[in-house]
Amino acid sequence: MLALRTSTRQSLAGLLLSLPSGALLVSLYVAPMLCLLLLAFTNYEMGNVDIEWIGFSNFSRVLNDVVFKRSLWNTLLYVLIVVPLSVGGGMFIALLIHARRRTRSFYEVVYFLPVTSTLIAMATVWQFLLHPKLGPINSMLSWVGMSSQNFLGDPTLMIATLAGIGVWQLIGFNMILFLTGLSNIPKELYEAAAIDGVNHPVDRFFSVTLPMLGPTTLFVLVTSTITGFKVFDTVAVLTQGRNQSEVLLYDIYLEGFTYSNMGYASVLTLIFLLIIVGLSAWQSMHMDKKVHYG
Amino acid sequence: MKRRPHDVLPSVAAHSVLLLGALVMLLPFVWMLVTSIRPPHEIFEGSLLPWPQEFYGWGHYEAALLNVPLIRFMVNGVLICSGILIVQILVAVPAAYALAKLHFFGKDALWIGTLAALSVPIQVTALPIYIALATAGWLNTYFAIMLPFFLSVFAIFLLRQAFKTFPDEIIHAARLDGMGEFEIIWRIVLPSYQSTLTAFCIFSVVAHWNDLYWPMIVISETKLAPPPLGMMFFANAESGSDYGALMAGATLLTMPLVLIFLVTRKHFIEGLTMSGK
Repeated sequence: MLALRTSTRQSLAGLLLSLPSGALLVSLYVAPMLCLLLLAFTNYEMGNVDIEWIGFSNFSRVLNDVVFKRSLWNTLLYVLIVVPLSVGGGMFIALLIHARRRTRSFYEVVYFLPVTSTLIAMATVWQFLLHPKLGPINSMLSWVGMSSQNFLGDPTLMIATLAGIGVWQLIGFNMILFLTGLSNIPKELYEAAAIDGVNHPVDRFFSVTLPMLGPTTLFVLVTSTITGFKVFDTVAVLTQGRNQSEVLLYDIYLEGFTYSNMGYASVLTLIFLLIIVGLSAWQSMHMDKKVHYG
Repeated sequence: MKRRPHDVLPSVAAHSVLLLGALVMLLPFVWMLVTSIRPPHEIFEGSLLPWPQEFYGWGHYEAALLNVPLIRFMVNGVLICSGILIVQILVAVPAAYALAKLHFFGKDALWIGTLAALSVPIQVTALPIYIALATAGWLNTYFAIMLPFFLSVFAIFLLRQAFKTFPDEIIHAARLDGMGEFEIIWRIVLPSYQSTLTAFCIFSVVAHWNDLYWPMIVISETKLAPPPLGMMFFANAESGSDYGALMAGATLLTMPLVLIFLVTRKHFIEGLTMSGK
C-alpha cells in the first residue's frame, strides 16, 4: 500500500517536473518540424494569405536550381578543405603539445583563443588582413615577389579563403579533444610496445597512439564535418554570397528570410537536416558516446 | 623525467613548429590590437610593422564608441545570455532529475525526444518559429531572440547523465525527512554537480554571445542587436573605410569572452569541448 502511494507520488512529481521541458520540446521542436514538412508542399510566402498545396513542385524545383547546386558544391568543397586540415592539424598539434611539460598550457591557450573569440568580429579582422591594398598578407606576398590576390573577391579563391578561416577557428577545438584522447591512453601500452621492440616514435604512433585515438578521431571527424556544413557567419560578413560564393545555410537564409519563399526554403532546410542527422546517426552507430564526456 | 641528449633535437623541432603555428593563430589578434592604436595614415600605407610607428592613442576607440552603440550591443548580449541561461537551467534541471531518478508516464518519450532534438540545429527550426513570431508581432524583441533557446536539450542530456550517478539512498533519506522533490533537486542533488553546471553555463553563454544566425533573422533594429549582429551592422555601415575604428570595435566586442577565457581557462575549455558543438 505504501509502495503504491510512493510510486503514484513519484509519477506525479515526474510529470510536473518534466512538464515545462515537454511543453517546450513540443513547441520548439516537434511542432516546427511538422510545420516544416507541411510547408515543403506549399507555395507559402510570408505575408501572402493564399496558401496552395503544390505537391512535389518545390522538390522538383531543387533539381533545376543552379544557385542551390552551387551552394551545395561550395559547401562540400569547404568541408573537404576544413575537415582534413583541422582534424589532421589538430591531431598533429596535440601530439606536439602533449609531449611538452612547462609550455603546454601556454600553447593550449594560444591555439584555443580563436575558438573563444566572436567569429563575426574576427571575420572583419580577416577581411582587413586579406585586403587587396591595405592588408599585411598581400603586402607580404608582394614583398616576396608574388602578385597580390583578391582573396575575398576572386571566385576561384573565395571558398578556399573562407575554409582557411574555418580551419583557423576549428583547429584549437579539435586539438583539445585530441589532447583528452591522448591523456586517456594508458602508459602501460607504451611500455608493452617497448618490450615488443617498438621504439621508434613513428612506429609507436602507428602501433599504439593512432589505434587508441580511433574513437576520438571518429568523433572529431564527424563534429568537424557537421561544423563545416553549418558554415554561415564568415559568408554573411565577408562575401554575402557574391561572386558565386553561396553556401548551403546562406542559400537557405536568402530563400527563406530575404526572398520569403517559405515553402521552397522548407525543402532546402529538409535537405540540410538530412545531411546533419545522417552524420549524427552515422556517428552514434559507430561509437560509444561516453568516451568523450569524461 | 631525465632529458637524454637525443631528445633535445625533436624538442627544438617541436617548439619551432608550435611557435610558427602560434604566430598564425595570433596574427589576427595582434593585427587587430595594433591597428586599433595606429594612426590612419599608417593604416592606409599598408604598414607591415607589427607595431605602430607613432601611437595614435584611443582615437579609434572613441570613434567606434561614438559612431556605434557598442556598449548597448554588449548590454544586449549580457541581457540575452543571462535570460536564456536562467530559463534553460530552471527548465532543464527538474526534467533531468525526473529522467534520472523518477518513474512516470511519458518518461521514455521525453528522453527519446531529447536525444533526437540533440542533433537538430536552430537553422532547421528557425523558419517555422520565425513565422510564428512574425504572426504574433513579436519580432524585434528580446523575447524573440531568446525563445528558441529556452529549452536546452543538451543541458537535459548532460545533467541527466550526471544525476544518474547520485546515490539513491540519500534521496530516500531526504524523502523520509519530509523533503519534497523540488527541494531535493535544488538543495541536495544539484549542488553536487557544480562543475558540470559551470561547464554548461560557459557553453551556453559562449554559444549565445557569438550567435549570429538567429538574431539576424528576428532583429532588424540596431538597438536590440547582440554583439555579432551589432558588429555586422557596424562593418556594413563602415563598408571597409575606417579600419581603425572597426578594429577598435572588434577588440571591444571580443574582449569580454577572451578575458573570461583567460581567467577561467580550465572550466572554459571543458565547457566548450564537452559538447562537440
